[in-house]
Amino acid sequence: MAGMVFQNPDNQLVSAVVEDDVAFGPENLGLPRDEIIDRIRISLEATGMYEHRKMAPHLLSGGQKQRVAIAGVVAMKPDIIIFDEPTAMLDPEGRAEALEIAARLNQEGITVLLITHFMEETVGSDRIIIMDGGRICMDGPPRDIFARAEELKALGLKLPFAVELAEGLREKGVLPPGEPVLVEAELAETVSAESRGLASVRRGSTERLAMASLGSASPSAAPIITVDRLSHTYNPGLAYETHAVADVSFEISTGEYVAIIGHTGSGKSTLIQHLNGLLKPTEGTVTVGGVNVSAKGATTVEMRKKIGMVFQYPEYQLFEETVYKDIAFGPNNLGVPEEEIAERVKEAISLVNMDYDEIAERSPFELSGGQKRKAAIAGVLAMRPEVLVLDEPTAGLDPRSHEETLELIESIHERTGSTIVIVSHNMDDVARLADRILVMAAGRIVKSGTPREVYADEEILKSIGLGVPKATSFAGRLARGGLHLPGVILSTQELLEALSQ
Amino acid sequence: MIRNITIGQYYPGYSVIHKLDTRLKIILVLAYMVVVFLVSSFVGYAIVFVFLASVIAVSKVPPRFILRGLKPLFIILAFTFTLNLFMTRGEPIASLGPLTISAEGIYTACYMALRIIFLILGASMLTFTTKPVKLTDGIEYLLKPATRFGLPAHELAMMMTIALRFIPTLLEETDKIMKAQQARGADFETGSFFRRAKALIPIFIPLIVGAFRMASDLAMAMEARCYRGGEGRTKLHVFEWRRRDTLAVIIFCAFTGLIILERTLT
Repeated sequence: MAGMVFQNPDNQLVSAVVEDDVAFGPENLGLPRDEIIDRIRISLEATGMYEHRKMAPHLLSGGQKQRVAIAGVVAMKPDIIIFDEPTAMLDPEGRAEALEIAARLNQEGITVLLITHFMEETVGSDRIIIMDGGRICMDGPPRDIFARAEELKALGLKLPFAVELAEGLREKGVLPPGEPVLVEAELAETVSAESRGLASVRRGSTERLAMASLGSASPSAAPIITVDRLSHTYNPGLAYETHAVADVSFEISTGEYVAIIGHTGSGKSTLIQHLNGLLKPTEGTVTVGGVNVSAKGATTVEMRKKIGMVFQYPEYQLFEETVYKDIAFGPNNLGVPEEEIAERVKEAISLVNMDYDEIAERSPFELSGGQKRKAAIAGVLAMRPEVLVLDEPTAGLDPRSHEETLELIESIHERTGSTIVIVSHNMDDVARLADRILVMAAGRIVKSGTPREVYADEEILKSIGLGVPKATSFAGRLARGGLHLPGVILSTQELLEALSQ
Repeated sequence: MIRNITIGQYYPGYSVIHKLDTRLKIILVLAYMVVVFLVSSFVGYAIVFVFLASVIAVSKVPPRFILRGLKPLFIILAFTFTLNLFMTRGEPIASLGPLTISAEGIYTACYMALRIIFLILGASMLTFTTKPVKLTDGIEYLLKPATRFGLPAHELAMMMTIALRFIPTLLEETDKIMKAQQARGADFETGSFFRRAKALIPIFIPLIVGAFRMASDLAMAMEARCYRGGEGRTKLHVFEWRRRDTLAVIIFCAFTGLIILERTLT
């Protein structure tokens, strides 16, 4: 029998109690009650959710819900489990957990079929099948598949970090040609061994990297956002009162590209909802472009004009008959005159790289996933905000759309000169794009600075459940093995350069 | 916040009342409501009060929590009270313009108000002490005999189960959509009734689209877990009749007897 785990952790749990949900499959199989009880225990223990067995699923995190869904399938004792993009909607921690469980189940003798966009997740498999346009175009063990790097790139697939790095190092002649290297640890060992004979650290590169970090310092313009001693408490005075944001102060300059990173539940979402007055502070003030948006009587229209907010999965807010009307919704609410609205809609559609004539009169519900998201972002851009706040803008996208969306944000930043505030789980994206990073943990800002400053200390970030970019982490691995690279490495490119000198 | 709304108002606990067989609890609550309608005097209400107060005390649900649950019903209560107060014919003892108050009016008003209060308190004790999931199981069990007359007992229970599971998710979804539309300048709070009703369209459409997406995802996930309706299914939760259940029946019969006795005596 085959079991299936789906993409959306919310939409596959049936019951309002975890253990009842796990019982659902065995109940359908008509198993005796004692057997069902046994299976609930075994499968919840296997996914590490046994202590949560009496909880309601809506109180669990995405990763935990997905673990319950896996337990529900495991309880049916399938021979094979098909995972249909099980990590697409999870945060990095949830992803790691789900994949680890899949690997463990496989060791216990269950066949695992993992459907995924992310090549990184396929590294540990026995066999990879690559599909394109409804056909199977490659089929083989990972080492064979990743040896065909060029073909994979042509299909729009992103190589796993270790494969890409090894490839780059071979091109530069640092490593001798050979089989693709799949595991970072393995690659780190090879690199260390290769470089052991060479002179240790070179001075030139230290200077170069120091220069680079100067280059990414924040522009010294007037602050457009000032957050002063902001605190937000949910359910004040009650037993379950939570300090979502506690005594946070920072400034963001006009034209800056700022990233806010933090573990799920660290207060990021609560914080950004204060920026346009959706939430009012329990204490402190928020000023945007000279307007105090935290004041009780702050005029809504004024602050909505200042800040455009793109929430997670913005495509779920589309509602109009046509894309045109949907994009016009924002400016309409702001009282923009009709002729100007037409102009703004055109401008917004071009900003998200879509074709006005092709898209404007279509229903937003007919569009593909990636197009829907672009249309939703256009709906916010049409309000011509001075600051664009994006909450996890790439969540749930495949690597190609992910890349496109980031480029889109970059081009909006350049073309409109607007200030960008982005909330993200993806350390690689943040390192590449942001001028400055604010790190949140337990409602406070625990670190702030340029990517190079923030990622200099991997330990602190790990202690609050965050990681560092893959290249940074790899450099750290090399350092622990005795090979110290100068400065803080943020990207594969920098790593390649540092290693090839 | 909107997501803090809880459905069923369950108060967790381990009292005897919590542990009673759900099927029995449902039947007893229905019987209790009939008994309350039998009460014909304030002495009768005194007996009901003592009975209900004991049940509440045993259940260990704080009275404050119970009274808070009554709050939304205050309007109905006030409405019934005033209506009875002024509309009952009898010897007028005070008048206020065209409205007169009679002794009978005061009597009926209090009488009706007490009836409503006792009915609601009794019924809410069921939801306070029974997990919604168990309640669903109990209802399914009790409706099973009606399956013969074409009543889809299992399907109804399944619908309730899914509703219990998804109401919090949908509330969360509503909260998100409202915020997203507010961020796009939507205004739900000002303007005429018509304007405000129209302002709900940007919430309802995404919500309904989302609900359909959820429903189709869930249907697929349920099928993948071999769901084929109620036939041939076993159940994790089964009901077991215990001694405490028999005891509860005896106590309830004694209470009913007292009420009937009081009624025949007056």
